[in-house]
Amino acid sequence: MAGLAADFLNLHLKNPLVLASGILGTSPSLMARCALAGAGGITSKSCGPEPRAGHDNPVALAWQGGVINAIGLTNPGAQEEVSLLHETRDRLKTLGVPLFASIFAPTLEQFGEVARVIADAEPNLIEVNISCPNVASEFGTPFSATAEMAAAVTREVRRAVSLPISIKLAPNVPMIGDLTHAVAEEGADAITAVNTMPAMLIDAYAGRPVLKNRTGGLSGPALKPIALRCVAEIASRVSLPIIGTGGVSTGIDAAEMIMAGATLVGVGSAVWEDGPAVFARIANELTGFMVETGYSQLGEMRGRAMR
Amino acid sequence: MSRQGLFDAYRVSQVRVENDRTRTLVFESPLPESYPGQYVMAWLPGIGEKPFSISGNDPLALTVADVGPVSHALSLVRPGERVWMRGPLGKGYELISQSHLLVGGGYGAAPLSLLARQARTIGHSVTVVLGAKTRDDLMMVAAFEELGCAIYLTTEDGSAGVRGLVTDVIEQACMEQHQGCIYACGPTGMLTAVGKAAQLLELPAQLSFEALIRCGVGLCGSCELPEDLCLTLGISPGFLVCHDGPVARVN
Repeated sequence: MAGLAADFLNLHLKNPLVLASGILGTSPSLMARCALAGAGGITSKSCGPEPRAGHDNPVALAWQGGVINAIGLTNPGAQEEVSLLHETRDRLKTLGVPLFASIFAPTLEQFGEVARVIADAEPNLIEVNISCPNVASEFGTPFSATAEMAAAVTREVRRAVSLPISIKLAPNVPMIGDLTHAVAEEGADAITAVNTMPAMLIDAYAGRPVLKNRTGGLSGPALKPIALRCVAEIASRVSLPIIGTGGVSTGIDAAEMIMAGATLVGVGSAVWEDGPAVFARIANELTGFMVETGYSQLGEMRGRAMR
Repeated sequence: MSRQGLFDAYRVSQVRVENDRTRTLVFESPLPESYPGQYVMAWLPGIGEKPFSISGNDPLALTVADVGPVSHALSLVRPGERVWMRGPLGKGYELISQSHLLVGGGYGAAPLSLLARQARTIGHSVTVVLGAKTRDDLMMVAAFEELGCAIYLTTEDGSAGVRGLVTDVIEQACMEQHQGCIYACGPTGMLTAVGKAAQLLELPAQLSFEALIRCGVGLCGSCELPEDLCLTLGISPGFLVCHDGPVARVN
């Protein structure tokens, strides 16, 4: 019998499927709904130092290759968020599902401050979002752009908290292996790869970009091959566990992500098609694939495609 | 959904005045595969995008109350001009039984007018309760009359119909005619009261909620119904108005 149980850091997940950050926000009831629907882990939407309304509509569109979005880091601010995370963690705990809390900040110092505030809620992991593609006009170049900046944020957060931290990387960097190595050197416990790909859709009849923010982050099926390449390269450079995220919408996609080297698999845009029921479907498909092909546990698949 | 969720441009053929601040935009073409209670995201390039329940689907019609920047710009659109749409989105009303009670508060009458048309076309009996602040705020009364619906009116100031709220006449409307289900659209406070009234009358209800809809595809979580409201009405918590709704089934 094929088992989906996944060991990740000091955690034991019933399956490797994790709600990706940014999907369904931060409310305890929605996070619990995803856990009840079968997610093995939950990542809350990125929270920063101050409340943010986010961008104006249109903020997201489904298109032939998946989804493009520029929500704009909508969040209630760390002080408000920490009580939501407390409640979410408690609800998830009764379901045996770990909580990963995503954070972002406009400056290096504030990354440490937000991490310290959020650590009060005792999430199982802090995911450090240094790669949101939709706020460059306010915050400047994302910290994920260079190994030096990514390493500096990691150092700052590492100094601030003792909880496990995962650094969420961008797909659009030339040497993601070198960047990951620098992040690992500064004490990251895990890597989340990847964020959405900066992109733009134009409506020819309207003669302008469809998103109010003009550009957005591309996710869904079009992102999958990009994410697989990044995860494979990261796995070849560091031994840290990877939350492989990008375009996974079927059990086969999840198997591919694990074969590239991922320990856990993020699921985001796929929620668009089925709602939270997508977790049970992908888990069933993954089990079906493992039975069909003779794998009894996830570890047998991990990194297989790169050996 | 045409072009898989991207926008399609629709040209306005006619603009109907419903009341002082409300217009119905009738478009040249239909919205394929849509049904009452569903909505579209209407986009005016350079201005913004906002959700609207459909008040007609063949041809497409949207009823727009001038309450904010996007709806204001839409209320100024003239015949021949274009509005971009993505949709139909969400889950709408489903006619159950043969006799229906429709309850609309203010511009909540708009999606119900399409539902009434659908029900009357197949010979079902329809009773409509319309409520508003004043006589001038009532909408689409003539349209429901033309469809052959039995009509009850309420206004908060008593300038038309019964002075009071829609919930003050629901029980009477149910006693005078056997109703199989209540279908409502309006402000959240009204919907909560209608949902509770339906529980007392032991009738199923379908309530169409208004919310801040951003992504429209169930991803961003902005439009979640408050959990205490869900628990009050027996709706599964974590209800996303854009994707699970806008119509929530209770009882």
